Amino acid sequence: MGEGITYNSMVVDSGHADLLFGALADGTRREILALTLTGEHSVSQLARMFPMSFAAVQKHVAVLERAGLVVKRKQGREQRVRGNPAAVHEIREALDQLEIRWRQRVDRIDELLADPDRGDPA
Amino acid sequence: MTVTVVEKNPDDLSMTITAEFTAPVDRVWQVWTDPRQLERWWGPPTYPATVVDHDLAPGGRVSYYMTSPEGEKYHGWWRVLTVEAPGSLEFEDGFSDEQGNENRELPVTTVQVRLEPQGSGTVMTIRSRYASAEAMQQLLEMGMEEGMTAALGQIDELLAA
Repeated sequence: MGEGITYNSMVVDSGHADLLFGALADGTRREILALTLTGEHSVSQLARMFPMSFAAVQKHVAVLERAGLVVKRKQGREQRVRGNPAAVHEIREALDQLEIRWRQRVDRIDELLADPDRGDPA
Repeated sequence: MTVTVVEKNPDDLSMTITAEFTAPVDRVWQVWTDPRQLERWWGPPTYPATVVDHDLAPGGRVSYYMTSPEGEKYHGWWRVLTVEAPGSLEFEDGFSDEQGNENRELPVTTVQVRLEPQGSGTVMTIRSRYASAEAMQQLLEMGMEEGMTAALGQIDELLAA
């Protein structure tokens, strides 16, 4: 039963992985994530740290937020942003799932190659 | 131990796995080029794969489905990008509906296969990369759906079980 369940979860899990990886495919967003994982920052603070407009930084934050990588909250007129460690953990799990899928395939190739019926086509 | 190295790189969205086989390159190449052999390892034993089309040429298409223990079919496709026999293959790997229409809402990965001789055996390197920025962008625009969040909860349960 185990492998069937693994396969199901991989299909769903890799969908989420795309969402996360898409958010992470950009260097600025990775830096924003790293900064907000160590402490909460306002969007305007973040905007001062990058050579780009407030609006551009806000856009990056929005992508990170949609992927669940950061959480935003309003404090007065400020938007405060902090990283979500659980989401970072999920990325690791998603890559682990990819590894598991290919390890299982390599094992099955190994078995196939060892099969005397198929092992030597000559 | 067959698998010798695994590298996971979140920055370029890829996972690379290196494996060693005692069989020569020509033999290992067959597990990719012979659809009947491909069926024996592509899907898990409980989700066996049936290969329908298998055109391993640049621009060619491989289509297959995997059958669940309950008889449900999951359809998939490859779009072949490059082939150099023996030992070099690159393709996109995705999902489709029963009619074979590509489902671009599910993730597409790009897979690079390299087979290199090592003594009388083979070193196989597979690089699997979560693919197109376009596909990922679509997912981002769709936003985090309730269903996806719920499914993730189920995965956590399954992984903990």
